[in-house]
Amino acid sequence: MSELASPAPDIVPAPERAASVIVDDVTKVFNQGRSDEVLALSGVSLTVGGGEFVSLIGPSGCGKSTLLRLIADLIEPTTGTVTVAGRPAGQARRDQEYGIAFQQAGLFEWRTVRRNVELPLELRGVSKAERRARAEEMLELVGLADFAGHYPGQLSGGMQQRVAIARALAVQPPLLLMDEPFGALDEMTRERLQSELLGICAKTGTSTVFVTHSISEAVFLSGRVVVMSARPGRITASIEVELPSRDEAGRQAPAYFEKITEVRQALRS
Amino acid sequence: MIAGLAVAALLWEGYKAAGDPEGTVLFGVRVLPRADDLSMPHLWTIGQRLADPEMTGGRPVWLVVLQACLFTLGITAAGFAAGTVIGLVLAAAMQRFRIVERGLLPYVVLSQTVPLVALAPLIAGWGGTLMPSWATVSVIAAYLAFFPVAVGMLRGLQSPSAGGVELMRSYAAGWWRTLVKLRFPAALPYLFPALRLAGAAAVVGAVVGEISTGTRGGIGRLIIEYSREATSDPAKVYTAMLGAALLGLLVAGAVSLLELPLMRHRRHVEVVTL
Ligand SMILES: Nc1ncnc2c1ncn2[C@@H]1O[C@H](COP(=O)(O)OP(=O)(O)OP(=O)(O)O)[C@@H](O)[C@H]1O
Ligand SMILES: [Mg+2]
Repeated sequence: MSELASPAPDIVPAPERAASVIVDDVTKVFNQGRSDEVLALSGVSLTVGGGEFVSLIGPSGCGKSTLLRLIADLIEPTTGTVTVAGRPAGQARRDQEYGIAFQQAGLFEWRTVRRNVELPLELRGVSKAERRARAEEMLELVGLADFAGHYPGQLSGGMQQRVAIARALAVQPPLLLMDEPFGALDEMTRERLQSELLGICAKTGTSTVFVTHSISEAVFLSGRVVVMSARPGRITASIEVELPSRDEAGRQAPAYFEKITEVRQALRS
Repeated sequence: MIAGLAVAALLWEGYKAAGDPEGTVLFGVRVLPRADDLSMPHLWTIGQRLADPEMTGGRPVWLVVLQACLFTLGITAAGFAAGTVIGLVLAAAMQRFRIVERGLLPYVVLSQTVPLVALAPLIAGWGGTLMPSWATVSVIAAYLAFFPVAVGMLRGLQSPSAGGVELMRSYAAGWWRTLVKLRFPAALPYLFPALRLAGAAAVVGAVVGEISTGTRGGIGRLIIEYSREATSDPAKVYTAMLGAALLGLLVAGAVSLLELPLMRHRRHVEVVTL
């Protein structure tokens, strides 16, 4: 590298706080022009800042998963644009800018739990030793270290879901997309994983888009709760959440209950 | 397996004891075969015949049959391997390109309706110039073997759920890596039943191919030779047929040997080829 091209150490830019996701006036129509045409999303605009935690909440079928899949570039918007990490969503996907955990665990039944978690690392060409270490660490995190050698068919639904979470976290992506990841978990495991997730996001500055059906979960986790309505899927409210702390005390705080009420009212209207 | 053999032996001897020696004839059609010693020799007669020399002073029959089996096994293995590779490549191509599937699949199915008798002389003509004559028999075996593999594997490659495919897409994995990491492993439960069918087809192809191309040295040829002596020495032709059956078992065993370690932790799917 030439002398001129390398930046002087004193003008290194501050950690980026630029928007991680920009969804601009997106409409999504499934099966366009056919008799089973569905308008899944209509005029949706959403911006997720760097390091921000945003929850999507809304009635079943309102297009939460669809919005997440649009950000992940698994489907294309009918109109409008999606920008991730400053690039078109397709480019961001090819650059592996995000990790995703789907509503269904979607594990590969022929791989052990450990090798399932290793899969995205394998595709990124991470060395075998590091893959293994990272997988063990993530399984430890979701409380499944003892099941590393098991096959998905030998696990319960909630355990499979936790493996899928570990798999999404393993690559330590700058953007996390999670579709009801804690849906199949018991209350205790759920609360523990919520705290772990918050810890990871805070530590690594990960931006997160988190789909959930639980109002309390959305409020506890998020800096912002985005409320959607069905038919057609639209964003009807965006509620900023400030909690004194995100721990046991936070769950008792008056602000917490106020926000829960506010989200509930937004959902009802 | 052992029980199956015992049942088959019991049925054979049972029918021989109970069946009409002249066969059962209904409205002028023989619906059940003759049960006399000429048509259905006793199992022990067949066993004895195996130990006796082929011709007076010649090698024992079992040795001749075994040697013929080995010869045909080589042909079968070559045809089976070639057919499997062709089937896998075709299946991958059909999975990759919708157009190829639509354009090719009908012909793949059609290929199996061409009578082997019509095809064999053509392929036999390649012997000596394009390839050694035993290889023409392998070609016929491959021709029969590729079909179940192509059809079964195509279904297997198309079996992953949309979720799995989306996951690979989210990892920015291209077609090849999706094939290796997702589609191929997902297809294994479909592949093994298809391989079993292909193995049986390869044996049939090799035996029939030997007969119709007039290749010497294999079990197919032996069946024809021995059946000419059926009137004077009925047990002899059955020894050759036992050899052909042994061949089928060997191939099926080889497939199982491959399957066992790979499928230990897999669910087995209900597979209907076609
Ligand atoms: N591939 C598809 N083809 C056709 N319609 C689809 C497809 N995917 C989703 N839809 C439709 O889009 C709408 C939104 O679906 P989506 O899965 O995004 O809902 P959701 O908010 O995630 O619901 P849930 O909370 O139940 O998961 C639904 O009406 C659904 O029928
Ligand atoms: Mg959903």
